[in-house]
Amino acid sequence: MYSEKVMDHFNNPRNVGEIDNASGVGTVGNAKCGDIMRIYLDIDENHVIRDCKFKTFGCGAAVATSSMATELVKGKTIEEAMKVTNRAVMEALDGLPPVKVHCSLLAEEAIHAALWDYAQKNHIVIDGLREPKEDIHEGEEQEEY
Amino acid sequence: MNKTIYLDNAATTRTAKEAVDAMLPFFSESYGNASSIYKLGADSKRAVNEAREIIARSIGASPQEIYFTAGGSEADNWALIAAAEACETKGKHIITSKIEHHAVLHTCDYLEKRGFSVTYLDVDENGLVRPDELEAAIRHDTILISIMFANNEIGTLQPIKEIGEIARRRGILFHTDAVQAYGHVPVSLSEYPVDMLSASGHKIGGPKGIGFLYIRQGVKIRSFIHGGQQERGRRAGTENVPGIVGFGAAAGKAMDTLSERVEKETGMRDYLIRRITQEIPYCRLNGDRVKRLPNNVNVSFQFIEGESLLIMLDMKGICASSGSACTSGSLDPSHVLLAIGLPHEIAHGSLRLTLSEENTTEELDYVVETIKEITDKLRRMSPLYEDFIKKNGENRQG
Repeated sequence: MYSEKVMDHFNNPRNVGEIDNASGVGTVGNAKCGDIMRIYLDIDENHVIRDCKFKTFGCGAAVATSSMATELVKGKTIEEAMKVTNRAVMEALDGLPPVKVHCSLLAEEAIHAALWDYAQKNHIVIDGLREPKEDIHEGEEQEEY
Repeated sequence: MNKTIYLDNAATTRTAKEAVDAMLPFFSESYGNASSIYKLGADSKRAVNEAREIIARSIGASPQEIYFTAGGSEADNWALIAAAEACETKGKHIITSKIEHHAVLHTCDYLEKRGFSVTYLDVDENGLVRPDELEAAIRHDTILISIMFANNEIGTLQPIKEIGEIARRRGILFHTDAVQAYGHVPVSLSEYPVDMLSASGHKIGGPKGIGFLYIRQGVKIRSFIHGGQQERGRRAGTENVPGIVGFGAAAGKAMDTLSERVEKETGMRDYLIRRITQEIPYCRLNGDRVKRLPNNVNVSFQFIEGESLLIMLDMKGICASSGSACTSGSLDPSHVLLAIGLPHEIAHGSLRLTLSEENTTEELDYVVETIKEITDKLRRMSPLYEDFIKKNGENRQG
């Protein structure tokens, strides 16, 4: 059901992890629907994304789209990163099954959410960037056992 | 390990050699229509009758109470729709549970659209229907109760005897979907007072595309497929002779080996449950610990999602299933796991392993070690786990 590229990024995800003192962190999705993505950005003084890491709770496509999204924005300026759409992520993965297209949207949203966090912290405005939707809270009340 | 380890026997089973051998002559040699008068037809008819006798004996029914269908879903559809239609002058209320198979639940949806009202009983945290709640749900216009014998996801065995006794005392038809139970645990009509019972061939080593509906003698429900006189006119259509023969052979084998399989599978099941729940942190068993199919293990791993787990298991040669949304093709995880009270994110991280007597302890050890590696890898990737560890610290057993 998945392309070879999706399987490759799922089995060997690039840039998994966290960044200490990240310039921007964005978390999107919710546990209720089974997908949460968190993106960490390290952005230098020239607005270039020096490093990008992710953590994802979700299906194979969710992991693969996060992995690909981090690859696509790494080394780019924030303006260039804004142009990394869900379509670009999907194309880079040689497509996704129709029921998994929302995963690529989530990846785009996660990048935007991390950029929004960066913009807020640095009091700057990034063209075309809107405040991310706050819908992850349902997942925060983890039941313990 | 390079071979496939098959732990999805609740989805389907390997067709038993006995079944395949029994079926083969009925494709290219004894291919006659069982309704035909000549010897070639009579051979088919005899084979169908023999299979019907084996299957009738396996549940303690008489052969004329067994109606072959194209599978468990058809049997469920038939039982519910035809019984509802036959009884609608008496009333239009049906009682079932929230954890039935979709073959029952979606048929109930259909009946609701046709003017019937349906009560979907809650289950407890182990997936058990409470007979007292069922009795309290009975109304003056209740015509049918349908409760599954064993749940396909969490393996919980329902109190069918008690429910059947209530139904009989109150004069209400009782159907049970025994697709997962038949051939895996004793299903004897002398012990369980049921009016209709659905079962399927491919869950017990028979071929796909064949099942049966038991209809107790004297129960008046309508025909499901209209046409010829096959199945005493109640389920028309030329008999699936190879399928019926294969089902009969598989049922015969299942009955001969039932007690030893129950013992072996129960041992393997308990071994798997013990190792997984003791050795993997933040994990829980879903379903009743004791009132459970001998071959069913269903566990949830916190902080991870089921489809990812299944793909990684597949890469390691292990076939399993999950109740996560991604594997059900919808946004919601399994209705069964939600009905037993699991939060969505825990339901998304469920894993079902269903054994057969062909599995070995060596395979199970490999499976446990593989699950450990995979849950560890997925948790290191999970933002939920990251948040949990930051809040609670590492090395805390769940």
